[in-house]
Amino acid sequence: MSPQPQAPSPMGPVCQVSGRGLPLKGHDIDTDRIMPARFLVAVSFEGLEQHLFEDDRKADPGHVFNDTRFNGASILVVNTNFGCGSSREHAPQGLVRAGYRAIVGESFSEIFQGNSAMLGMPCFVASHEDVERLQTLIAKTPETVIAADIASGAITAGSLTLNAVLPPALRDGFLSGQWNPTAMLLADFDQVRNVAARLPYVRGF
Amino acid sequence: MAATLFQKVWDAHAVRVLPSGQTQLFVGLHLVHEVTSPQAFDMLRQNGWKVPFPERTFATADHIVPTLSQKRPFLDMMAEQMMGSLERNCRDASIKLWAPDNDNQGVVHVIGPELGLTQPGMTIACGDSHTSTHGALGAIAFGIGTSQVRDVLASQCLALDPLKVRRIDITGRLSRGVFAKDVILTIIRRLGVHGGVGFAYEYGGETIDAMTIDERMTICNMSIEGGARIGYANPDQTTFDYLRGRPFAPQTGDAFEHAVAWWREMASDPHARYDDRVTFNAATIEPTVTWGINPGQSVAVSEPIDAAPDDEALAFMGFKPGSRVQGTRIDVAFIGSCTNGRLSDLEEAARIVKGHHVAKHVKALIVPGSRAVSRAAEAIGLHEVFIAAGFEWRGAGCSMCLGMNPDKLEGQQVSASSSNRNFKGRQGSPTGRTLLMSPAMVAAAAIAGEVVDVREMLEGVPA
Repeated sequence: MSPQPQAPSPMGPVCQVSGRGLPLKGHDIDTDRIMPARFLVAVSFEGLEQHLFEDDRKADPGHVFNDTRFNGASILVVNTNFGCGSSREHAPQGLVRAGYRAIVGESFSEIFQGNSAMLGMPCFVASHEDVERLQTLIAKTPETVIAADIASGAITAGSLTLNAVLPPALRDGFLSGQWNPTAMLLADFDQVRNVAARLPYVRGF
Repeated sequence: MAATLFQKVWDAHAVRVLPSGQTQLFVGLHLVHEVTSPQAFDMLRQNGWKVPFPERTFATADHIVPTLSQKRPFLDMMAEQMMGSLERNCRDASIKLWAPDNDNQGVVHVIGPELGLTQPGMTIACGDSHTSTHGALGAIAFGIGTSQVRDVLASQCLALDPLKVRRIDITGRLSRGVFAKDVILTIIRRLGVHGGVGFAYEYGGETIDAMTIDERMTICNMSIEGGARIGYANPDQTTFDYLRGRPFAPQTGDAFEHAVAWWREMASDPHARYDDRVTFNAATIEPTVTWGINPGQSVAVSEPIDAAPDDEALAFMGFKPGSRVQGTRIDVAFIGSCTNGRLSDLEEAARIVKGHHVAKHVKALIVPGSRAVSRAAEAIGLHEVFIAAGFEWRGAGCSMCLGMNPDKLEGQQVSASSSNRNFKGRQGSPTGRTLLMSPAMVAAAAIAGEVVDVREMLEGVPA
């Protein structure tokens, strides 16, 4: 039996994401850069969207997050190892709160990709060439609408079509609406108690 | 069939395969700190959820804690609010909290092992990427985000995909002046900051076997800087000796022996199969320093920087291609953090410092990783060695490893740091520059006022 009063309801399937893109070039962009640590001195995630890349934006007026042509973008296009470093969920929280619904990149840190999935924001992995093409296209024509299909991983933007992938479990979670797993984790709690009772360090040596 | 520790621990904690294909994994030890938990407790309240296993979660405060005066209320009102929130949340959920006024307080990854909470064969989660530290004792330990902290609080479980296992052997002996920090910096440099994604790193070989638990913790701690969410060493006699007598370890002789038997069983079998294997020769590892803005951008202290001229890291750090880090003037020296803030780190640093004085232009901080480390160091007079040499002797906390408390770099200051990340802005100034190195190298830099090869300073110091 679940110890909780009610199982949470799933947040609804995510099957397709579409919107304008923002090309953020660079490798190994860590979560300290996405959300500098001083903005973590708070007890809620509220307002984090105001501090995305704050230090990078101040240091470089030409930073793509300062470029008003990309206002209203909802799909971030990045290069390798995006979101590395600190496990702070404040980074994807800031992006989701700023209106981002998906990220397309060459590769992601595992923790960042998982944290993003928990917020309903898929991180698609595409090839270096495809990401560069997409970045070039949206840099030139920011009004281009990108459409990403969760099931197939197909991403279209203008005349460009590319194949991207999501880890299968995350993909299926988005499609079924079970991307927030708490309900599943609480569904069969007797089994949880059984596993706990079998562990010698829980039971007592 | 022969299996790795990772597989055995995973199987022992697997509750079921979820409809998503992920595994529901029971979390044996959950550690909580003030930064990544308040929102998780809020989510629990919003859903009316309780914590079903409060005795499997322990909390402390480390990131925001000032190190000069830890008196409450903290001067930073937001930090005080976070502290109050953690106290309230732990009280309401019946979770044990070691607040800054408690003798057990410290950096979460220092106190877990120190108290014997961290044990072989466990699954351990914490809302902090350096949770990999606990793998040094043969646990499967990994960092999680706040939504996952919520899941662990509400269900004591996580939904996860299994990882592949890469065995990293370090063979031979380290030379004098070369430390665990140099080993892990070398591994990350060679395998890349993204090379470990999808893998758990299993560290082994005679160099690791000969290491203390403190040294293994330094190595496992920085696994995440190489992209590996998990790093571990197999439990052995060193592990059992470390755990014996610690407050949360099995206490009676019988219980401890039963535990040792199970811990031995959980170690990787001799013929276990790995998804990948890499070997390093300890003799080729030199004192290593970072020159860039990620922990993979490092060189041996004697080597020139091998970066492309247009590398943004070079411009940010103020280095030229082909130049050396050795000789770089520093402004700040920081010894502390979950990577290198334990007693043995302070002892290594003190050996270098003894009889010398910090260079006039350098601000030098020693920040013990926990109050217990602080007490142990004071018991053997280390604080006097450091204070006499011109170091500031501070209270326990994360301090200058990250910019979340009053200890921060200013402007473009250059910091020689025993911490784990040299990211832009990491030490609290958006333009501050961090050079990562071993605590002994930081101590040597503090005295010289610039980055030096610690091996030169060790000449004449008894081994």
